[in-house]
Amino acid sequence: MRQTRLIRNIALGIENLLLHKLRSFLTMLGIVFGVGSVVAMLSVGEGASKEALEQIRKLGSNNIIISSVKAVEDESMTNTRIFMSVYGLTYEDYRRISESFKNVQKTAPAKIIRKESRLGERSLELRVVGTTPAWFELVPRDIIAGRILTNADVEKQAPVAVLTEYGARRLLAAEHTIGQTLRIGGDSFLIVGIVRSESGQAGNIQIPDQEVDAYIPIEVARRYFGDIQTRVAAGTREREKVELHQVILQIDSSDHVEPTAAAIEQMLKRFHKKKDYTISVPLALLKQAEATKRRFNIVLGSIAGISLLVGGIGIMNIMLASVTERTREIGIRRAIGAKRRQIIFQFLIETVVLSTTGGIIGLGVGIFIPFVITIVSGMATVLTLWGILLPLLISMLIGILFGLYPAIHAAQVDPIVALRHE
Amino acid sequence: MSSGMSSPTGNFEIIRLTDAWKIYKMGRQEVHALAGVNASFAKGSFWAIMGPSGSGKSTMMNILGCLDRLTKGRYFFDGQDISTFSDDELSDLRLRRVGFIFQSFNLIPQLTVQKNIELPLYYLGWDARRSSERARYLAEQVGLAERLNHRPTELSGGQMQRVAIARALANDPQVIFADEPTGNLDTKTGLQILNLLQKFNENGKTIIMVTHEPDIAAFAQYQMHMRDGQIERIDGGNK
Repeated sequence: MRQTRLIRNIALGIENLLLHKLRSFLTMLGIVFGVGSVVAMLSVGEGASKEALEQIRKLGSNNIIISSVKAVEDESMTNTRIFMSVYGLTYEDYRRISESFKNVQKTAPAKIIRKESRLGERSLELRVVGTTPAWFELVPRDIIAGRILTNADVEKQAPVAVLTEYGARRLLAAEHTIGQTLRIGGDSFLIVGIVRSESGQAGNIQIPDQEVDAYIPIEVARRYFGDIQTRVAAGTREREKVELHQVILQIDSSDHVEPTAAAIEQMLKRFHKKKDYTISVPLALLKQAEATKRRFNIVLGSIAGISLLVGGIGIMNIMLASVTERTREIGIRRAIGAKRRQIIFQFLIETVVLSTTGGIIGLGVGIFIPFVITIVSGMATVLTLWGILLPLLISMLIGILFGLYPAIHAAQVDPIVALRHE
Repeated sequence: MSSGMSSPTGNFEIIRLTDAWKIYKMGRQEVHALAGVNASFAKGSFWAIMGPSGSGKSTMMNILGCLDRLTKGRYFFDGQDISTFSDDELSDLRLRRVGFIFQSFNLIPQLTVQKNIELPLYYLGWDARRSSERARYLAEQVGLAERLNHRPTELSGGQMQRVAIARALANDPQVIFADEPTGNLDTKTGLQILNLLQKFNENGKTIIMVTHEPDIAAFAQYQMHMRDGQIERIDGGNK
């Protein structure tokens, strides 16, 4: 009985609103824009944070990435025919980092050499990464075929290589390639697996893996290729000595990431006279993204809030006018036996129907705006269930909030006076 | 059945006022719209309340119709003291036991004839099918069966008043209050309406009507003449 009465009340509300179509529509507009901007805000914000999370995932959310870079001072000396530049992280740094920080859970060193490689007829310049099995835990990627490096490979200093999907394809390698011999420089490696790879930037941090990687045990890299690299560039031979190009760390909890990064920086400072390394903290990127999102939300949220407030006041205004206009109707209903709360309910339902309809139209607008944003700016937008339900809920609440006063006002109408009302 | 002014005889009495006062404050002045009225209305009787404007007949109507409350005194409806009823209790009483007819019809313009007739049933919580059947039945009773889907604005004054009568009857009330029911109608149509009221009175409804026209009042069994918030005299009772 309750339910059918509610339905009849809603039907009555709709009927009454349809009597004044233009007025009802204009009344709704505030809510339409308010809800529209809330929906748009939520979906753009959600898109931005999803994008940031995606980047963090590629980098490893609790990871710290330390990379060797040529110090600024050395950079200018390359032209002075210096015999050899020595810079970057050392094996000793790696050992100290691994052993001295209790919050560091896992570490993976990377020795990176670019080498021309061939498989059968095909050749490709690969980025050879000498590392340990821990790499695959810190930079987790799907295994497409075969296996990744194992501790046994490291111990036995086995000449094995894991290719990436892209590199493998370029070399015409496939599942059946596992077990074949890959020649890197002058040395033979057994292909044991193929993994997927990511590439590109995440914010201002380079993602640790690249598409043309080949992973080999670090000891093998060191023994075969040494620490000194010769690069031939623009007619000059540049010689560099870099022990490790990258060290990736995993920290036990996100709370410890930044303090640990600071401590490591302190330690490295003591052993390196020049700043020939950079420390990247993906988590900082996330925080930065979140701060941006918060600012964005505050701006849009204020606009939406003002718009909803104005919309609510507009609705209240029109409902008050409607109550005055329908004083006589209220009197009739009261005389017939309607209780005050039934009058309140009737007008409240009408307001809620009005504001919720506005909310639904606003939802349409709000879905359309991010759609346009995505097309125009390429910004990712995500529509969540919550992002749809929340604005609808808000528009309903606005109906109740701003409908209550006119409804109570209606219920206070004295039937005797109302019935004489012309 | 004895005169309406006779002492209460329990079952035969529907309404009784004892020392009923309604006092309005107009600035510093007190207006005694009802000044110590004692009255009794028998079940099934047909009354006309008359009097010049300011005599208190409208106040009497509002009080009897449970739209307003006494300042002082007692009001018994079907043996029950309703002087102390709350607003909700009075609403409920109106809903279940009272029907109204007004001079200006007071139909809700945006509702069809059928919905107007069904209005009391809606508040009584009747389901749609039963309400619709009852509305159809009542429309037939007042001769408007073929107008159920019209809006009030499409009807003549007499037809609108018939709709109002049908609506007043919807909850099968004990008493029907009619406030100048023919005031906005021409003589011929007014007579038709009065005949309808008489018909329902014969079917057992108590009818209390306010009018200032003696020939309309003549249709009633009793004529109560009011002046200065008091009952001046009661005529009739010999029909």
